[in-house]
Amino acid sequence: MDLVTPGIGLIFWTTFIFFLLLIILRVFAWKPILNAVKNREASIKSALDSAEKAKDDMKKLQSKNEEILQKAKQEREALMKEAREVKDRIIAEAKDKAQQEASKLIEMARLNIRNEKTAAIAEIKAQVAILSVEIAEKILREKLSQSKEQDALISRLLDDVKIN
Amino acid sequence: MNCLQVVSKRIFFVLLASTILWLPASASDHPVAAEKTAHEEFIPGEFIIDHIKDSHDWHILTKKNGEHVAVYLPVILYSQNSGLNFFMSGKLAHGHSYLGFAYSEETGKIIEMNEAGETIGSPLDFSITKTVAGMMLAAVVILFLFLRMGSSYTKTKNIVPKGFNGFLEPMIVFIRDEIAIPNIGHHKYERFMPYLLTAFFFILVNNIMGLIPFFPFGANVTGNIAVTMVLALITFVITQVSGTKDHWKHVFATPGVPVWLAPIMIPVELIGLFSKPFALMIRLFANITAGHIVVLSLVSLIFIFKALWVSSVSIPMVLFIDVLEILVAFLQAYVFTLLSALFIGLAAKEHHHA
Repeated sequence: MDLVTPGIGLIFWTTFIFFLLLIILRVFAWKPILNAVKNREASIKSALDSAEKAKDDMKKLQSKNEEILQKAKQEREALMKEAREVKDRIIAEAKDKAQQEASKLIEMARLNIRNEKTAAIAEIKAQVAILSVEIAEKILREKLSQSKEQDALISRLLDDVKIN
Repeated sequence: MNCLQVVSKRIFFVLLASTILWLPASASDHPVAAEKTAHEEFIPGEFIIDHIKDSHDWHILTKKNGEHVAVYLPVILYSQNSGLNFFMSGKLAHGHSYLGFAYSEETGKIIEMNEAGETIGSPLDFSITKTVAGMMLAAVVILFLFLRMGSSYTKTKNIVPKGFNGFLEPMIVFIRDEIAIPNIGHHKYERFMPYLLTAFFFILVNNIMGLIPFFPFGANVTGNIAVTMVLALITFVITQVSGTKDHWKHVFATPGVPVWLAPIMIPVELIGLFSKPFALMIRLFANITAGHIVVLSLVSLIFIFKALWVSSVSIPMVLFIDVLEILVAFLQAYVFTLLSALFIGLAAKEHHHA
């Protein structure tokens, strides 16, 4: 069975050629190729990692922005509320003051009127007294001449006084 | 339209003719047998075995008048009587003898004779035979492909593979990721990558080149038992050398097995050690040889029937088997590498027994 009997020459040559190939390829092919593949895989991995990190950072940044925006909104709201309160208070105070001022004025006016009135009445009384004295004078002069006419005069004078 | 048909018909006939011309040529690979068979009846068995076996010259074709066209390869012999001899195999063609060397009538091997024509010994044959020449050509092809690839990978950093490198790189990465790492493990695989890659591409290129039926291809390299034996032996040696303490403990004192079973277990484990590379050797040899035999048998049908119309049946079948053989070429290279990695991994891994 020639077919399954290995020959010494072929064993020698196969060993020789195979080892030659192994040694040459190991140094000049497998090492650079495997290293290049490894490096490329590493660079792809790092690129993917950094992309992922960038995405995470972006997300973080976005949520932070959102937070800041929210805060700003809240602040604005608070400020607005405060402003409104202040405005309302000021208006209310102003109204109160105005009311007080007005009532004070009215009070003063009333007081003045009353004073004027008493003054006027006093003057009238004085006038009446003067008039009465004058009337009395006239009556007294008339009485000396005629008694009937005196009476008529007095009542007429009195009527005049009443009108005033 | 008509012209195209003529051209395609012509191509078909040229292909047919070249196949026919090539075949009887191979039938007479062996010079001694050639003289007999060239003019006698076609014996398919002899023709096929002649192709499968190694020879000292590379037969290209036989002309109609029985003349051989062959490339004669260097013969290198070491004989105890005359030392180292070196000459071309053409000197031994057609039954001639040279410096006392000639082909033996019975075995076809080179024997040494004295002046009287008596056999005085068989020299050690280190000739560059057809198989060796085919292997050398494959080595040149491999070197060309991978040295080019290697240099282009050294030159540029973070290179993107282009052209044929783009076809080779996935195979290299496949061997690393699917064969070496799962079987040998992350920590140790790098040491064995050069061997696994070299073995894979050596087997693959030889398998594929063996399928091309024209000179200088078609040598049955990986279907030769000596070649597969050397490859299997290298795997065996690497396996044993990289074997851990655990590996040897497994052989000589299998954990969990009672001591009194050792007389049975040790021989069984030893047989296991040797049957692994033996299976590697036989698997590759048998697969590739079988492929060549099937293809040649189908082609031989034409000459057995001595009718051209048989080619219309057998050539499509040959085509089918050839395509199948391309698959087998890849598959066997893969299987050899996978099993080598598996055996190395089994020996090199740290086992942990409960």
